[in-house]
Amino acid sequence: MTARSATIPLPRLLAFFPVSDASVAASLPTAARTEIAVELANVTFGYDERPVLTGISMTIPRGKVVAIMGGSGCGKTTILRLIGGQLKPQSGQVLVAGQSVADLDREALYTMRRRFGMLFQFGALFTDMTVYENVAFAMREHTDLPEELVRDLVLMKLHTVGLRGAAHLMPSELSGGMARRVALARAVALDPMLVMYDEPFAGLDPISLGVVGQMIRRLNDALGITSVVVTHDVYESLKIVDYMYFVSEGKIIAQGTANEVRASADAFVRQFVEGAPDGPVPFHYPAPPYREELFARA
Amino acid sequence: MLSSPVTGIADALRRLGAGSIASVARLGYAARFALAVGRESPAAFLRLHLTIREIYFAGVLSLIIIAVSGMFVGMVLALQGYDVLQRYGADESLGVLVALSLVRELGPVVSGLLFASRAGSAITAEIGLMKATEQLSAMEMMAVDPLARVVAPRFWGGVISMPLLAALFSTMGVFGAYVFGVQLIDIDAGSFWGNMKAAVDFRFDIVNGIIKSVVFGVAVSMIAVFEGFDASPTAEGVSSATTRTVVESSLAILALDFVLTVFMFRGISQT
Repeated sequence: MTARSATIPLPRLLAFFPVSDASVAASLPTAARTEIAVELANVTFGYDERPVLTGISMTIPRGKVVAIMGGSGCGKTTILRLIGGQLKPQSGQVLVAGQSVADLDREALYTMRRRFGMLFQFGALFTDMTVYENVAFAMREHTDLPEELVRDLVLMKLHTVGLRGAAHLMPSELSGGMARRVALARAVALDPMLVMYDEPFAGLDPISLGVVGQMIRRLNDALGITSVVVTHDVYESLKIVDYMYFVSEGKIIAQGTANEVRASADAFVRQFVEGAPDGPVPFHYPAPPYREELFARA
Repeated sequence: MLSSPVTGIADALRRLGAGSIASVARLGYAARFALAVGRESPAAFLRLHLTIREIYFAGVLSLIIIAVSGMFVGMVLALQGYDVLQRYGADESLGVLVALSLVRELGPVVSGLLFASRAGSAITAEIGLMKATEQLSAMEMMAVDPLARVVAPRFWGGVISMPLLAALFSTMGVFGAYVFGVQLIDIDAGSFWGNMKAAVDFRFDIVNGIIKSVVFGVAVSMIAVFEGFDASPTAEGVSSATTRTVVESSLAILALDFVLTVFMFRGISQT
């Protein structure tokens, strides 16, 4: 490995290995030389005339694991898409490393995305490629590293998630948990500065759930990255995150560290933590009174 | 509460207006999409292995259906043509009739229709499913443009495959007519091939047939990639998009064939 690396020209290696946080910080505007990786400032967004987020503000510090929690359809995934630049806010700003994502042109946005990793809800592995090719995809697209080095790096990433032996399998041959772990290896393939996880725990068995949760924490600490986890799994999140935001109806209604959340008396947080069917988040979708509707035809 | 006739008419007009605006907006989106595919097309040729792979899927895997269909169409043409020609003692012109029918019209049109059903629908379904399973979003988030990596190679794979398939269709059709006419009903082989060679003009017939098949290839491939890319990310959405590809491609082929025929062959009777 060392001998092989020594034969690769320096510019090619630099093109692959991300520059250190210190040099990135030095190249950024003064305002960006902070410990904040991502900041949403009073962000409002909606599809057509349906508002999804209204005046959301949050900060995600460098090197931390931050969870964004809330019920289905509350706008959690929209926040990830805003951070990734797939959507633009109607008002407010989304700042990543001090740069406003919405103001970036296509080239600058793609340059920024090279330093992102994203784990999609069901993995989103490329179904026409093997596990190995999935993990190698970004390396082959963005670098011209020799195939031997790509091979070593892919095997290292797969070893980290415990699936080196599954390198030759197709995505259709993987279980849900394995697919999620491969997607995790792919997300960190280029050693990103920020990894976003969209419902990483959805549909996993208890063992896979624990494995994926621990991996998120371990990779975050080992690689020095920043992690944003969008989820509705409170128990698993409480084990691994540094900070949590609770989103409901497009607004942040509670936030705090894992311990603060456990001790919180907030009705919404309690309903979420205890999994109560009714509370601030109603069980019933808005409807006319039951009796009135049942006897309406009489 | 019952709505009044005025309200009903107003609703119908509103729906008509909304539908018209949506159609024009989609047409505009399709035009912008086509320009974007054109802009990303150099990527499809710079990374030729991606396009070659799509030529394999769209072209090579369509060989059997095109070859078999071409042969049967040629045999049926020969059967029907012989029935009419022999009444006028012109059965030795069978080769001419079959060759001109195939090279000018049936080759490009029928192979285009088969291509739309076999390869166009597969392209739409594949891209639509990639969208539904967030593979396209994943690519975007990895700073890889799906238009360059997924769409452009499939588009050019289709465009390159189509004229080759049309040529194979016509060739197999002529072979089918030869088997039926010469081998089964004993038309003179020399007349069959000689009359064909004398009547088929390279510029007017073969080149125009190739131009038609290229145009159909562009139309079918663009419709297929657009419908896949624009599909709703659900099982129903992908299914509808696949159906739309076959319907729109078939109509586009027949309409374009009429327009191209008018321009290509309008002066041929005077020559």
